[in-house]
Amino acid sequence: MSGTGDQVSTDGEHGSPNGEPLLVLEGIDTFYGPIHILQGLNLEVRAGELVCLLGGNASGKSTTLKTILGIVEPRNGTVRLEGEDVTRRPTSYRIRKGIAIVPENRRLFAPMTVLENLEMGAYLHGGGSKEDFERVYSLFPVLYERRSQLAGTLSGGEQQMVAMGRALMAKPKLLLMDEPSMGLAPILVERSFEIIKQVHEAGVAMLVVEQNANVSLSIADRGYVLSTGRLVLEGKADELRENEDLRKAYLGR
Amino acid sequence: MAGSGSDIPPVPTRPEQAPAPRIGVDEWVATHEARRDLGRGLVGVVRRELERVPRPGFYLAFAVAAALLPVVTSNGYVIRVGFDTLLYMLLALGLNIVVGYAGLLDLGYVAFYGFGAYGYAMLASPKFGLHWSTLAVVPVVVVATAILGFLVALPSRRLLGDYLAIVTLFFGQLFVTVVQNGQAMSFLGFTRPYDVTGGPNGIPDIDPFNAFGGRISSLDGYYYAALAIFLAALAAVYLVDQSRTGRAWKSLREDALAAELMGMPVNRLKLVAFAFGAAIAGLTGTLFAALNTAVFAADFDVPTLIIVYAMLILGGAGSLGGVILGALIVNVSLEVLRTPGHATWVFYGLLAATLVVKVRPWRWLAAVVVGTAGLGFAAHAVAAAAWPRGVHGEPAVGGVLGSGLRHWVLLPTDPRTIGNVAFVCLVLAVLWVTTLRGWAQKLALVPTLYLAAFVWENRLIDEPSVTRLILVGVILIVLMNARPQGLVGSARVEIV
Repeated sequence: MSGTGDQVSTDGEHGSPNGEPLLVLEGIDTFYGPIHILQGLNLEVRAGELVCLLGGNASGKSTTLKTILGIVEPRNGTVRLEGEDVTRRPTSYRIRKGIAIVPENRRLFAPMTVLENLEMGAYLHGGGSKEDFERVYSLFPVLYERRSQLAGTLSGGEQQMVAMGRALMAKPKLLLMDEPSMGLAPILVERSFEIIKQVHEAGVAMLVVEQNANVSLSIADRGYVLSTGRLVLEGKADELRENEDLRKAYLGR
Repeated sequence: MAGSGSDIPPVPTRPEQAPAPRIGVDEWVATHEARRDLGRGLVGVVRRELERVPRPGFYLAFAVAAALLPVVTSNGYVIRVGFDTLLYMLLALGLNIVVGYAGLLDLGYVAFYGFGAYGYAMLASPKFGLHWSTLAVVPVVVVATAILGFLVALPSRRLLGDYLAIVTLFFGQLFVTVVQNGQAMSFLGFTRPYDVTGGPNGIPDIDPFNAFGGRISSLDGYYYAALAIFLAALAAVYLVDQSRTGRAWKSLREDALAAELMGMPVNRLKLVAFAFGAAIAGLTGTLFAALNTAVFAADFDVPTLIIVYAMLILGGAGSLGGVILGALIVNVSLEVLRTPGHATWVFYGLLAATLVVKVRPWRWLAAVVVGTAGLGFAAHAVAAAAWPRGVHGEPAVGGVLGSGLRHWVLLPTDPRTIGNVAFVCLVLAVLWVTTLRGWAQKLALVPTLYLAAFVWENRLIDEPSVTRLILVGVILIVLMNARPQGLVGSARVEIV
């Protein structure tokens, strides 16, 4: 249906049969000019997992996402999606393999309606079927009420829902979320993460990039902590929450 | 509270069961509909009724009104202006796809118009002895222009904004230069020079539209042909606008990166928009060539481009109704302003409208008007005594306005030099007034207005060809200040 050049083979709902993780980053070195941003990054997301990537400002979180999406190309290392090496593949190819992203600051199409925004999310699937819309509306009932309203006139929380709904319309295997708590009031941050948890429980693997360690670790299966381009901590979310260094750095107690 | 380190409260399973406030229901949004319904009175009723009419209804109303023009008037000049306006509507329609939908700043657009006109001229004139049927020429020219648009877009598809504008402007100028000097073209210097475009002499004696042995020979016939073609193109663009491709163009315009992250073929969408817009311009060119029976390169230069852009921006880029309104207002204004009498009414009307909108409260407005009138009569009386030559001229407009002006504004017998000086003073005075605030501004407004009237009567009115462009520019500035999104363009909503 997409009609965009070469078709991507898809084998199974959750990753390839040989147990290969959905996404693997291996020994990634990314440079901006002479500046070494990501230094030997290793990271993986398994099918159905919710992984969070934590880090302060300038720790390389966004660069990691850009490397996964192919917006920047790493100098060394490989990016594998369902076992296939996509390091030298363009962004469009990776999107068609089943990655979707909720970008930082949401990046909605402001003068278009909620319905049109959702439809554009399913661009590769011919604009989305009735079931796709119903799935998103059942997760976010308020979007059904606002479907013919311009996305730019919605409040911040509703815009966040449109951004997530738009990404889910693509029926992704892996959903990337870039700072979902940014620009939201504390109460909305918690609600936003409840929604992330719900989406995850529906079977979508997620990589959530966040500064807010407390909330994101509370819903994640595993977590990675980045600092100036290096992984400094990784492990199960519960263990990370108990970790003394992390507490000092992020949780403030 | 989040981030405070306390335990996270238990997560409810469904959002609607949550006791917490619903996410994102803020008061302004929640009361949006109610507020809209509050619009009472005649304006509110009219607005609500108009909102209920589906968009094709407006286009149908326009089609009926336009079709009736040759019925209600047999004035050839009026119908000719109508034909030109339809051509501009077609051009703005094509440009609307490229600029309004896809957001690509194409400054070489009129070259496609010229390519279409020259294409028709070459295939249906004694120039090369070809006299193809219109039914063959028009499809060939349209397809060729679309391919040309595709080729121009091909190297430019990675360019954004200003850079695309520079490259396409270069292409537009290249077209004009090549056509202007095309009377002796040789293929890379290997062949002897051929006369391809007629150079500055253009291509004359172009065949009229003809098919099935008949031909269109009357102006009315061309008017209806242009109307039919415009309506067909409008329908095509409307359907594309309503399609997924149309919405993909708009997403591309709003946020190209987000569009790409949704898997949209960004480059291909740009190429298609460019080719589609070019095809409509090429089609318009064939109509232009057939009615005018001659084509010259100068018709496809930057001034035409600017007029089409003015129409698109005034009407509201991205809106089909705006294309119709913008072309109508700009082209009809330009025609009306050709006559000094009409132009004078437009000039004072514009001054009055600006004063009414900008000078508030009404006490100030009354004071400024009375002050300006008083200053004029006083100056006239003083000049009549001290400088008789200064009041001997005649106003260009007759009637009530003319006799009023004769006793108010100074009209020297030889106004050229003093008019030029006054014009420069007027520009400086306007700039000065905009820097002032409060009562000082109102006070300064009085001599400035009088100076404006003086400059208009003594200098601007003598050269309508320049003045009409200045006036249309002023109209554009005033209107765009009032409605930055264009007359019927949807408001650009920025995410904050």
